[in-house]
Formats: sequence, C-alpha cells, structure tokens
Amino acid sequence: MASIRELHQQLTTKERSAVEIAQAALDRIQLLEPKIRSFLHITADRALAQAQQVDAQIAAGQEISLLAGIPIGVKDNMCTKGIPTTCGSRILQNFVPPYESTVTEKLAATGAVMVGKTNLDEFAMGSSTENSAYQVTANPWDLERVPGGSSGGSAAAVAAAECTVALGSDTGGSIRQPAALCGVVGMKPTYGLVSRYGLVAYASSLDQIGPFGRSVEDAAILLEAIAGYDPKDSTSLKVDIPNYASLLKPDLKKSQGKFRVGVIKETFGEGLDGVVADAVLKAVEQFKALGAEVQEISCPQFRYGLPTYYIIAPSEASANLARYDGVKFGYRSESPDNLMTMYTQTRAQGFGAEVKRRIMIGTYTLSAGYYDAYYLKAQKVRTLIKQDFEQAFAQVDVLVCPTSPTTAFKAGEKTDDPLSMYLSDLMTIPVNLAGLPGLSLPCGFDAQGLPIGLQIIGNVLREDLVLQAAYAYEQATDWHKQAPKL
Amino acid sequence: MTAATPVKTQYEAIIGLETHCQLSTETKIFSTSSTLFGSDPNTNIDPVCMGLPGTLPVLNQKVLEYAVKAGLALNCQIAPYSKFDRKQYFYPDLPKNYQISQFDLPIAEHGWLEIEILDKEGNPSRKKIGVTRLHMEEDAGKLVHGGSDRLSGSTYSLVDYNRAGVPLVEIVSEPDIRSGVEAAEYAQELRRIVRYLGVSDGNMQEGSLRCDVNISVRPVGTEKFGTKVEIKNMNSFSAIQKAIDHEIERQIAAIEAGEKIVQETRLWEEGAQRTISMRVKEGSSDYRYFPEPDLCAIEVAPAQLEEWRSQLPELPAQKRHRYESDLGLSPYDARIITDDRAIAEYFEATIAAGATPKLAANWIMSDISAYLNKEGLSITQLPLKPDSLAEMIKLIEANTISNKIGKDILPELLKQGGSAKALIEKKGLVQVSDPKVIEAAIDQVIASFPSELEKYRGGKKSLLGFFVGQVMKATGGKADPKLTNQLLQAKLEG
Repeated sequence: MASIRELHQQLTTKERSAVEIAQAALDRIQLLEPKIRSFLHITADRALAQAQQVDAQIAAGQEISLLAGIPIGVKDNMCTKGIPTTCGSRILQNFVPPYESTVTEKLAATGAVMVGKTNLDEFAMGSSTENSAYQVTANPWDLERVPGGSSGGSAAAVAAAECTVALGSDTGGSIRQPAALCGVVGMKPTYGLVSRYGLVAYASSLDQIGPFGRSVEDAAILLEAIAGYDPKDSTSLKVDIPNYASLLKPDLKKSQGKFRVGVIKETFGEGLDGVVADAVLKAVEQFKALGAEVQEISCPQFRYGLPTYYIIAPSEASANLARYDGVKFGYRSESPDNLMTMYTQTRAQGFGAEVKRRIMIGTYTLSAGYYDAYYLKAQKVRTLIKQDFEQAFAQVDVLVCPTSPTTAFKAGEKTDDPLSMYLSDLMTIPVNLAGLPGLSLPCGFDAQGLPIGLQIIGNVLREDLVLQAAYAYEQATDWHKQAPKL
Repeated sequence: MTAATPVKTQYEAIIGLETHCQLSTETKIFSTSSTLFGSDPNTNIDPVCMGLPGTLPVLNQKVLEYAVKAGLALNCQIAPYSKFDRKQYFYPDLPKNYQISQFDLPIAEHGWLEIEILDKEGNPSRKKIGVTRLHMEEDAGKLVHGGSDRLSGSTYSLVDYNRAGVPLVEIVSEPDIRSGVEAAEYAQELRRIVRYLGVSDGNMQEGSLRCDVNISVRPVGTEKFGTKVEIKNMNSFSAIQKAIDHEIERQIAAIEAGEKIVQETRLWEEGAQRTISMRVKEGSSDYRYFPEPDLCAIEVAPAQLEEWRSQLPELPAQKRHRYESDLGLSPYDARIITDDRAIAEYFEATIAAGATPKLAANWIMSDISAYLNKEGLSITQLPLKPDSLAEMIKLIEANTISNKIGKDILPELLKQGGSAKALIEKKGLVQVSDPKVIEAAIDQVIASFPSELEKYRGGKKSLLGFFVGQVMKATGGKADPKLTNQLLQAKLEG
C-alpha cells in the first residue's frame, strides 16, 4: 500500500521500474476484480506502454514528475481517446471517444499510468454504484455492501489498492460519499478549479472532477496535477494553482490567530447514525487538541439542499442527456418504424430506471407553467444556501460535518426506495450547490468495521485550508493506516 | 333621406419579420470547425459542434463582436448583462437535441431601422420599422432525404452537420410593416446594413439570410389583431414581396367569404406563385428554455462597447441622406450608389479626387456598372481607379475631351486602368476648342456639300445634325460639340 512519494522514490532510486509497478497493479486487479468489480475496462496495454515511457525517461536521466509511473484509475465518465467510455450506461456501450478529456490529457503528460476505467452509477446518477448497467461494485471492507456512488468504482479500487489514486466526479457527493463508505480520501474541488472538458455531463453547473487517494497527500498531489484553467471549458477559473502538497503541515498553525473550525449544527439531526455522530464529534475534539478554535455554526438553509438539488440536477440532466438519441453515436434501437420510434425505443432500451426517472423529473420541472415554481425557485434557494456558507466562512476557516449519515449499506437495500437512497447525499449536496471545495477522510469505524467519513468544507478556492485541516487530522490519527482484509 | 351605399371594408395587413442572418466568421460559434459553404458533407465538423458527450461550447468572440455591431447599427440597446439559453427539441439535424440560443436576455433590444420607398416619380417616403430584439444562436445541420426528393416518400435520411454550429443572429421586427413592398425593403435594408458592417454576406441563395414572415389582416380601424399566419421559404426579396401580397389577398378573400383564418405555417411556392399550408400550429411549442450552464454570462465592458461603436462605418441610410442633402444626388441615384458599400466608397473616392458628384454617379451607375456585371467583377477588382475616373470626368468638364470621347476611351480604361489624361494624349484625343480650327473644318464641309446647304437654307433645318456629323468626322471626333453647333449654325444661316 505504497504512497505516491514512496513509489516515486522506488522509481528514482531504480528500486523498481515503472513497468514493474504497473504490472503489480494489473496483477492485483486481476486477482481482486472477481470480488470487487471496480473496473469496467482494464487498459493493460496502454498502462504498460505509458510505464515503458517513464522507464525510458528515468533511464535517460530525465527528471520525472511525482505522478510519473503511478497507477491510476479513471471513472468511466471521462473521455479517453480510443478507449471505450460508457458512463455505466447501455446507451454508450460501444462509444469510443475520438478525443481526450483535459484531465486525462494532463495526467498522461505527467507520466501517470492509467490502469483502467472504473465503474459508476449510470451517468453518475446514484449513491451506490448499483445503477451501473454493467456490474455491481463491492465495498472492499464488506463485499456484501455497496461502495457508495456514483464514483464507487474509483473509491473501491483505491481502497482495495488496485491503483494508487483515482479520479472521480462529484455532482452531489459522488466523490465524498463513496470515499467515506470505502475509507479513503476523496475531494471535490471548487467549481471551476478542474476542467470539465471531456467529462460526460450530468448536471453541468454542479459537476466537478476530483481525486481519490489513500492519504491526504496523495489526493493533494493528484489535485494539483489536474487543476487549472482550460480554454476549452468556459466555466473553468483563471487562477494560479498552489503547490498543494508542499502546503501540508502536521499542525494547524496559521500566520495570524488560531485555525477556526466550525461544526454545522443542522447536520446532527434526524437520520444521522449515532455511531457516525460520535465519530465526527470525536474528530472535532481532535481538532481542539490540535489547537483549533471550534465553534458551532448554523446553516439554516442546509436542509433545503436536497430538494433544491433534485430540481436543478435533473433539469440540467434532462437537456444534457437529450443527445443520446441513436442518431450519431452509441446505442440505437434495432428496428424502429420511424424517427419517433427510433428515439423512444433507443432511449427506453438504452437508459436505466434512475436515469429515466431524473430525465422525467427534469423535463417536468422545466416545462412551461412549472419553470417558475420549480427551477427558478430552486435557483433562488441555491443562492440562499450560498449565502449561509458565506456567512459561515466569515467566522471560520473550515466547516466540518459527517460526509454520509450512515456507513456502507447492503447491496439491494435501497434500490427500491429512491428517496432513502437520495438521503445518502444530504450532507454533501449543499457543497455542490454553493460550488465549494469539500473533502472526506476516514474518522473511525462502526461496530461492523465499516469506515466512517468526516467531511471538511472550505470557502471558494480555499482547498489549501481544507487540505491543511485534513492533513493535520490525518497525521494525528491512524484511521487511514487501516486497510480492508482482502 | 339618402340612399345607403354599401361601403366595402378596407383591410390592413400587420406584418412582422424574423430574419436569420449567418455571421461571416471563419469558425463556428462554439468550436473551431470552418463555416465554409459548399464543402463535402460532414467535413466541417468537430466533437463540440457534433455534441459528443463531454464536449463543451466556448463562445467565439468574433460572434459577440459581430452581433453587438449589428445591434448598434440597428439602433438597439446593447444588454449590459446577457446570457445563452438552451432551446430544447428533438430533431436529427440538431446534434445535442437542444439549440444554444438566447431567450429572455438577448444581446440587443429596442432598435429600429429606416426603410425608404420610392414612388413612380422617384419621390421617397421613409418609415421607421422597430427592431424588437437581436440574439445570437447556433444553426442546425441539414437533412438530405434518400429515395425521394422530399421527406414524404423518402426511405431514409442522411444528415450533413457542416452547418451545425454556424453562428446566426436572429433579428425580430416589430409588427410595423404593412405591405409586401415594405417587407422586401426592410429585408433589403437589413442586408445592406450587415454587408456594410462586414458581419454577413447576406446571401439569400446560400441561406445566409433567411426571412420568415408573420402576417395577419384586420379591418382598418379595429384594434384587435387577426389570426397570425407564418410564411417561410422565400429566397429572394421579390419572393418576400409577392408572397406577402398573395397572402394578404388570400386572407382578405377568406374573411370576406366568411372563413376562419387558421394559425399555421405556410410555404411560398415560387413556381406556382402562391402559399400552401405546411403545418397547423397546435398551441405553442414548449421548448423548455433554461440558462445554458456551460457558458458564462455575457457582460460587454463599456470600453469594449465604445471601441466597437467607433468601428462602425457610415451606414446606408446615413449615406443616402448625405448624398441627397450634401451632394445633391436624387433619391434614386443615392439609393443605387449606396446599395453596395464598395461602390459607395468608390464613388466617394472619385468625388474626393475632384469629380462632380452627379457626373461621377452617372458614370458609375451606367457604363461602369454595366462593365462590372458583364465581367462578373466587383468594383474593388476594377483596374480603373477612382482617381483616374475623376481625372476623366474633370477633362470632360473642362472641355478637354467630349463626353463621347470619354465613352470611347472608357473600355480601355476599365480594362487596363492607368491615367485618363495620359491615354487621351497618347491617342491624340484632346478636344479641339479653337474656333479657328473648327471654322476651317466647317468651311471645308460646307464647301463639300452644296446641295445639302441649299436644302438647309431652304428650310430643312434637320440637316444640322448631318453637318455636325461631317464636322466631327473631319476633326476625328475631337471638335467641341457645343462650339461646333454654335459656329456651324452661324455659318449655315450665312
């Protein structure tokens, strides 16, 4: 379970070659996939070719980046040129993009070795990865349980050490919730920090790509590699990217005053497992022990996040997913009678139940006569939620709360009850609505040995403070050192 | 008691135009493919304009500039805050099944343009037509139906996405138009403006300028609008005029016959010179517009706006006014000269080089235009430069050459350019204005035609022309015609 820095050192001291590291990851994938099923496509040839290039660079005495030769998993909703990109959907079963997403292009440039494309809920819609049209991914800590979702494949692959780090996407919690359920670190950056070009859109104003790692440092290194302005994404931010990993310190010292941690009062209510609440409150004590000034913060609009999200996200999704019509790419119904049946049959057969549900919700909420009551009102509530956070960050440096109200649930437990599934993202959704950075890291285990996640939320572009708090907490605890027994 | 005479109801038409105008940018509105017309199908495409999963639009800044300039030229208010929206409907030529357009916050609003219509005597009447809004959007692709020459009966359809993502502005007029001729003039003025600005070629045959007409009729004096009918498929200005005039008559006839006007879309059939029903509108379509989340709001900085405003050329209506009031051209001449910016600029350069405006206009509208048409040239390609044309006109005005000599040497000047004066000197064509030389020629002619002289003196005054011709012949066409006339008459009278 080596970290990026350890692997980097092995490479630079020529203790191991990049090909050996890649092969070891591929071997472990081979060994564990029958149980975990994290990957939809394993890209062994590409991985070994990339690793050989890194070895050639090392042999030529060239300096290599920290990520060079590091095995990485990529969620299968990020386009990879010449490699299938299915979004976990039947409708994109045979879709091979003729272009590369900006994030994977950046990673390839650093020499990172992509070992495969990871499983997800279809079009990133879901919280358990059970909505994948292809396979159900198991939680490495308990194979009968879900890894969370929608980036469940990436979270499980990192937890099972099938790869060192992985990319996920987070629209309402799809990185942080599976990170919590799989006991790894997962981060959703500020909206616009990472280019969305090549990320198959679910809800454009909320989607953001972010890193998974087994440590805060690994996640920080990966974040730095993918962050930055991209002229191909009009919503990406023109900002300088700090050297996140170099900012990590094992304490919470600030140049002026104390590090201020706020605990979101509204997250400790109904529906929250006692064991999760206990673990998070213990983590708060740990922050105090690290010298932080802790206070309770009220975000009264927090609870409106979920209903707001379930109007805005499906609205955008209903338009984003209109292009899957059988005309130009992807699945097309076998024998349509005419244009209309080509559309209806293609979409009826190509999409799964949850995707159809959200397309219908979104079509409804944008319809004439309902727009003002739903979409417009939801946008207003979104503004109120943002204002709550703005007020909070006038008082504190970071906010903390549980990532998920529960630990990992059993496969099939919530599939017939969409509303209870939606509640999994209660704590993460407001962060997307406000466009803020949020990170989940392990903060304990329940009685069954299932990991519990602590969420740390920062103000816009304050990834540095989020990572500082997470790193200091991580260094003071040993939750991250535990690994699932496989 | 007076006998009641049945008064025939007078109707008026209420007409508004929606014009789609393709902007002449090199690349598409949100991606890098070429906008070139007439390429092989699906060769000017890229992942973004094809709406492939994961791709994102990025606004071509030239599109914004062109749209703002068009808005300014149409006297619109430019929105300080504008945005794009998604207009959703399924059709195979629309790659994403939504069109990126502008809904409630268009880039430009509340403008007008002035149309000028000349009556048979050439007297102008002018009218302002309101421009409700101008917005930016992407064009769709094109369906090609197989197995038949039209949709009905075809067994399959192919899609050409070359046009998908080509930038358009949609310009919506107020319902201020009352006749076919006004509508055609509005469309022509719009085309002149976008061509003057250089933001569109306005080519109707290639679909760069497409007009849809909304038209209803009502009895004069009533306030309530009649039922609106939309007409499409007119690809010339005269088709717009004829389609509207036909549709006005059709609607009046229907109302007079007690029929109800149906809200529908009708197609103009150029061959049959009539409109036919295409589809009846069943309520209004629900396009489920919502703000495009992949693009940022558009905020044109005041400095940027002023820079663009300062780059606007003098527009056709301004030029027409100036040519009439300052240069003394007739409304008809002003209209012809200003129709094309390059011609107007050529004209202005010619008068700047010293030519009298009226004479310059005449030469440009007659011989030069005829030559350009014949050779298929634009005026900017003409070897004859404005300086040289002005030089020739001045030589005529100074009686150095006759108008006829001017016409004689023009073909060579048009073809080869160069100095008019040099050509005249080379050919020895300078006009003879010395009375002694002309008198000598006259004496010679009179002596050669004694019987004609007798007839003239006997009263057949029409022989004057014969004598003029003979004098011209004797002087190689160089004798000053006016002076020749004078001297000849004196001599003939004896």
